[in-house]
Amino acid sequence: MSGTGLLSGTRNILARDLTIAGRRVTDVLTTLFFFVIVVSLFPLGVGPEMATLRMIAPGILWVAALLATMLSLGRLFTADHMDGTLEQMLLSPHPLSLIVLGKVAAHWLTTGAPLVLMSPLLGLQFGLSGPLLGVLMLTLLIGTPVLSLVGAMGAALTLGLRGGGALISLLVLPLYIPVLIFGAGAVEAVASGLEAGAHLSLLGALLVLALCFGPWVTAAALRISLE
Amino acid sequence: MAPNWFKYSSPVSFYPLAGRLVPWFGVAAALLTLAGLYLGFVVAPTDYKQGEAYRIIFIHVPAAWMSMFIYLVMAFYAGLGLVFNTRLSAFMARALAPTGALFTFIALWTGALWGKPMWGAWWVWDARLTSELILLFLYLGFMSLQAAIDEPRRAARASGLLALIGAVNVPIIYFSVQWWNTLHQGASISLDKGSTMAATMLTAMLVMTLAFWMYTIAVVLARVRCEILERERHSEWVAEVAAREVP
Repeated sequence: MSGTGLLSGTRNILARDLTIAGRRVTDVLTTLFFFVIVVSLFPLGVGPEMATLRMIAPGILWVAALLATMLSLGRLFTADHMDGTLEQMLLSPHPLSLIVLGKVAAHWLTTGAPLVLMSPLLGLQFGLSGPLLGVLMLTLLIGTPVLSLVGAMGAALTLGLRGGGALISLLVLPLYIPVLIFGAGAVEAVASGLEAGAHLSLLGALLVLALCFGPWVTAAALRISLE
Repeated sequence: MAPNWFKYSSPVSFYPLAGRLVPWFGVAAALLTLAGLYLGFVVAPTDYKQGEAYRIIFIHVPAAWMSMFIYLVMAFYAGLGLVFNTRLSAFMARALAPTGALFTFIALWTGALWGKPMWGAWWVWDARLTSELILLFLYLGFMSLQAAIDEPRRAARASGLLALIGAVNVPIIYFSVQWWNTLHQGASISLDKGSTMAATMLTAMLVMTLAFWMYTIAVVLARVRCEILERERHSEWVAEVAAREVP
């Protein structure tokens, strides 16, 4: 634990959470497998018609990414809450919102980033062409951090509640809808020969907004949950 | 002497005040509803394009306005409760949510009834319809979070924060007909261009809005009274009220 700057707390938490995730690789892989399985269910349910699959692929990949992120949100604070680490973080001199930022960054690196890396392979299975795969990866790259940031708010609000898992989906999924619309919309726009610029700009705006307010709101929610 | 603005922020003094106000707002709501329905269903002329079916507008539009407005009021009270730690604002936010959800549901339902003859479909995935549906989910999330937390103080604060987060959706609904040019028709009334509909139609719609407003106030005040009694049931003044009101 070195450094005394403002972001040192963020960095330390990030390194710590990544180490923990590295020791429990199965947790990370479970989310990734969930993503792959949900996506693979659609050709079986809808039928193997390539033209149809190509059309619905962006939406399917995005919805699966939403669900996979949501599934992993419990990991964000629960373990630290159970063993009391979270209370120590609240008491530490570092701003809580920056600590939250570190935790969210670790969460994204262990769930969002693997999804992004995995998506071209799944896209190929759905018959997406090269440029479409690029746009899909780009939208997921911008969009999944928003999912982690927004999800952290829901995870903090439902911390330690009975039935928290089902409740968090009710709280978080409505807030995910704009990301879904613009993320899948960008890929669809390129597929129908239009520019994806407007969708990507809006996704970027959502990311900036979530980065500015997300950690701060999550910190407030954690204080409420632990007071 | 300056008036004491905070007198009624205490549940003890707000309880009897709310009790005196409820019947007035209730009667006003009933009278205005009767007047509004009479104006809308009997007096207002038939629309040249949509025939008689358009008359559902007198319930649909006021309900949709109320659904968004109540969310903002709820978020406002939630914010007040978080910042100033006043208990009554948390009660108000909690009491507003079911009515807001009800109006959202009415707006969606009457919209479906209107959409069937006009668009030929009960539901389309249009920007305004979808965002109004999200609003319903937000109300449900607010109420579920509140119900899931046993400790009243944490329930009020956590759901208050959620209400504030969800408030970003309201402008999206409001401007959705301008931002996305989809199936839902544009606004018939705007502040800068005035109304594009007949005067009687406008009057009927405004009367109905006022009626819904009065109804909301009456119901919310009644609900807040129940809330106050429940939360303060261990206090002396509630025992006195109970001794007085329950024979």
